[in-house]
Amino acid sequence: MGEELRLPIAADVDVVEARQQGRALAAVAGFSSGEQTVIAAAISEIARNILMYAKKGEIILSLVQNGDRQGVSVVAIDQGPGIPDIDRAMQYGYSTSHGVGAGLPGAKRLMDEFEVDSVVGRGTTITMKKWRRAI
Amino acid sequence: MEVPILRQGQYLIASIQSALTDADLSHLREALIAQVGRSRCRGVIVDVTALDVMDSFAVRTLRDIAHMARLRGAETVIVGIQPDVAFAMVQLGLTLKGVATVLDLEEGLAFLDGRTKERGLDLTKPKRPSGRG
Repeated sequence: MGEELRLPIAADVDVVEARQQGRALAAVAGFSSGEQTVIAAAISEIARNILMYAKKGEIILSLVQNGDRQGVSVVAIDQGPGIPDIDRAMQYGYSTSHGVGAGLPGAKRLMDEFEVDSVVGRGTTITMKKWRRAI
Repeated sequence: MEVPILRQGQYLIASIQSALTDADLSHLREALIAQVGRSRCRGVIVDVTALDVMDSFAVRTLRDIAHMARLRGAETVIVGIQPDVAFAMVQLGLTLKGVATVLDLEEGLAFLDGRTKERGLDLTKPKRPSGRG
């Protein structure tokens, strides 16, 4: 616990690496293979967002615990242009980059917790967590 | 990682072997669309059995392949979407609307056979009897 995995995101191979590492970590946390796929897909979306808007950044993966619940935390950090209108960016189907507009809202749907902290001109930090369902 | 594209009769089969980057996916789209014209293919099968995640970019690229191939006269069918992948796609709100999907390669071939016959595009048999008798 407490150990974190920092993955630089600067090319599309890094997106693949980040989602594979995320899946591996989710497996360690005991998530089902379906949930591992969900976490990997969410990581893929936010990692691609870094590439598209900030060109480079970082994904930090770690295991988290809340009482007896175990989970995975994914933090995406970049020093890019920031998101001028977060509400709009969180609208499903809205995209400024000719994407499908599933990026941020899609990742939010997949995870249990999702927070966006963005300052225009300074960068964006997205923190998301997924908790294992109680057995 | 380049995706091998095999030709089988009137069809092209792209069989994805491992995780793909966005660039790999875009390259696959271009290669398939070019080859549809070059070899007058009537159908395209994209086998995604080996993909363990499909995110919005992958889904959009598959949809683009299907729509572009159709504009070039070929039907596309996606085969082998894994249960976990389907689960995550639905949660992400991603659909392959307007794109044929079947369980596996065998069903994919059967689907394309049906579609080509329906459209009267089967090049393996002459359309009309050509004899004079």
